[in-house]
Amino acid sequence: MTYVHYIEKTREYYRSQGYEKPYKWAHFDDAPFAPVSKLLAESRVALVSTGEVEVRNLELSEDKNQMGNVGGVYSIPSNTPEDSLFSASHSYDKHATTLEDINAFFPAARLHEAVESGRIAGLSERFIGVYNAYSQRRTVERDAPEVLRRLREDGADIAVMVPV
Amino acid sequence: MCHQTVSLVSRYLEENGIPTVLMAAARDIVEHCGVARMLHVDFPLGSPCGEPFQADQQREALELAFQLLETAGGPRTTVQAPFEWSEGEEWKELVFTEARPWKSGEDEQDWLRKKELYKSLKGEGKV
Repeated sequence: MTYVHYIEKTREYYRSQGYEKPYKWAHFDDAPFAPVSKLLAESRVALVSTGEVEVRNLELSEDKNQMGNVGGVYSIPSNTPEDSLFSASHSYDKHATTLEDINAFFPAARLHEAVESGRIAGLSERFIGVYNAYSQRRTVERDAPEVLRRLREDGADIAVMVPV
Repeated sequence: MCHQTVSLVSRYLEENGIPTVLMAAARDIVEHCGVARMLHVDFPLGSPCGEPFQADQQREALELAFQLLETAGGPRTTVQAPFEWSEGEEWKELVFTEARPWKSGEDEQDWLRKKELYKSLKGEGKV
């Protein structure tokens, strides 16, 4: 069976729920490409996620309600123990799967293993979280530059990027 | 939304010289936006890096993402992971249907509350 076409599916779904105006998904004709110039075994890897991953018993520095709407960037120390990480996101197929195993959408433990085995040189000091924004412009003009700034500060060579 | 946000950020990083690889489930949203490299894991939203509690498969998924970084020669390179969801493919037909509404109960209330909050913040000129 072919993969799910979410753009069509959500359009139909929201129309059936009474929303007339279809959401305009981001679309570009071209796509930028940065060549990989270093061996992975010599590269420091960053993990960037939109999965609303948090650390247990730790307050986020920004208002969570607001972040889910207007976007926002935050960091989690990459040496945070795996069992302290969780996501309270509602944006997944809760009928078909679960967010109980963080590594199914935020491969922290798998990345640490890759460092141990020498497949990659190391991880950046911080894992980066990005909240969704209703405004695509805010993501591009405010949040993306902040992610870049943190990646550069941490000396990241490449980024593994994961939604939920 | 998650897939779109991560795609937009990925594009910005690529423009600024940082190579990226996405591990993603909603292939159409990512390709509609256009990114450099995507490992497509054809699983329900929420499990783009392998099935929960299947560490071996998650390991393989990450390795495929690494290989994609090593081999992709240009933008819009998509590789599909050769995995099958352990409970079959029924979820694909059921997602976003009345039988399996995307949001209901508390989730729906939470979504509506956030939407209203956004409207009021916008009204106050705070966003």
